[in-house]
Amino acid sequence: MRAVVAVIGKDTVGILAKVSGICAEHKANVMDVTQTIMQDLFAMTMLIEISGLTIDYIDFADKLVKAGNEMGLQIHVMHEDIFNSMHKI
Amino acid sequence: MLNTGDILETIKMIQEENLDIRTITMGISLLDCIDGDANRACGKVYEKMMRKAENLVKTGEEIEKQYGIPIINKRISVTPIAMVSAASGDPVKYAKTLQKVAEGTGVNYIGGYSALVHKGFSAGDKELIESIPEALAETANVCSSVNIGSTKAGINMDAVALMGNIIRQASEKTKDDHCFGAAKIVVFCNAPEDNPFMAGAFHGVGEYDCEINVGVSGPGVVRAALAKHPDANISEIADVIKKTAFKITRMGQLVGTEASKRLGVPFGIVDLSLAPTPAVGDSVAHILEEIGLESCGAHGTTACLAMLNDAVKKGGVMASSHVGGLSGAFIPVSEDAGMIDAVNRGSLSLEKLEAMTAVCSVGLDMIVIPGDTPADTISAIIADEAAIGMVNSKTTAVRVIPAIGMKEGETLEFGGLFGSGPVMPVSKFSSSKFISRGGRIPAPLQSLKN
Repeated sequence: MRAVVAVIGKDTVGILAKVSGICAEHKANVMDVTQTIMQDLFAMTMLIEISGLTIDYIDFADKLVKAGNEMGLQIHVMHEDIFNSMHKI
Repeated sequence: MLNTGDILETIKMIQEENLDIRTITMGISLLDCIDGDANRACGKVYEKMMRKAENLVKTGEEIEKQYGIPIINKRISVTPIAMVSAASGDPVKYAKTLQKVAEGTGVNYIGGYSALVHKGFSAGDKELIESIPEALAETANVCSSVNIGSTKAGINMDAVALMGNIIRQASEKTKDDHCFGAAKIVVFCNAPEDNPFMAGAFHGVGEYDCEINVGVSGPGVVRAALAKHPDANISEIADVIKKTAFKITRMGQLVGTEASKRLGVPFGIVDLSLAPTPAVGDSVAHILEEIGLESCGAHGTTACLAMLNDAVKKGGVMASSHVGGLSGAFIPVSEDAGMIDAVNRGSLSLEKLEAMTAVCSVGLDMIVIPGDTPADTISAIIADEAAIGMVNSKTTAVRVIPAIGMKEGETLEFGGLFGSGPVMPVSKFSSSKFISRGGRIPAPLQSLKN
């Protein structure tokens, strides 16, 4: 099972480190990362494998959202199926 | 890897354009609960509904978290209660049982305090219809609907006459609660049996024993998509709407199949509707204005709505394995900020809304009318609306709220998803003689169509 972590907000030092740190802590394998800076806005999307998570998926998602709030970032953790079904035929 | 643009687009739709799943509605058949003793029947109803819907709210919340999509309502629809209560009588007891189930399961509405009388009344129908005002006044989360006409049966004018009275009584009985009783009754022509939306949801007898139906929303997303094409012609606009409706509906299909899998009940349909809310940016009227009308209700509104409604269906049909319910654009007044503004600025009248219902998915919805409107005028409004549905082989409905003690120019506040409704004038001329005749309007010809 794979999920997408989308991080949006003002660019600061250590965003990738922080998010991937939480993923590593709970055994979510990062499979792909893309990031762009649009004007002043930092947008990163990360595809992670969550089959081996050591905690419940919902708790994991909450933890990332909370970490995002602390850094002034919006973090969304969503199952990849939503994007596949909306954007692929 | 997924496309970053697609990911950000989805997030923007949810965050800024009010994209959501409007409702997951579990349809439950109560035919196996029928009993000659009302207490015993209600016991069976309670037991079956609690068993089937025990995890509905929890499952909805889990799916919401997993996919990051808001699922606004979790609801239940049941077999029209008139069929269930006919054997025992005392339909209000069933309404109170449904209320207890709503509280026990945490769903926000239960639909199906209903009767299907499009040709005539059978045992239990009249008793149920006459009990609607009391049932709705004594329960908070139960919704009622009555089907008074169909393309195949014509229009039951005795039922039309009765419903004008019932709507008035429901409003009077709840006059201290914003006349909310009347907001929980829908009078249908050609009612769909798998509609997940309230207040008109009920579980038809041809459906599964238990099933999941999903209603999607997304007027804000359509409007935002159109705003990116200010100079497109109408063919291009229709294509943009189709593509957007496709995406919205795919999300509904995903959530519906996931919910049905988790709950272990069959997946029924996706109702691909544009259902507005009073929230800023979630309005069907604003879509019509984005297409190029100064204000909703201006000449051209019916044409824009016809194109919108058709494009939503064309885009949605391909995105879902089973489409049903009402499917199309809803045009309620009180639940749509753009419609409220259009009424207040004098561009949208009841007559124009009636014309719009000939090409949209439902009918005259959430319209507040003066408190002194006679019952037979309400009946005549119902008859007109049902005639449009009957002749055009489509669903039409009436949900009007006589605002007791209020007159034109005042506003009835409901709050929440129901919004607020400016009191709209109705014709001062009487339809009394027509309504008092009773009888049936014969079913219309289905050929020689001009």
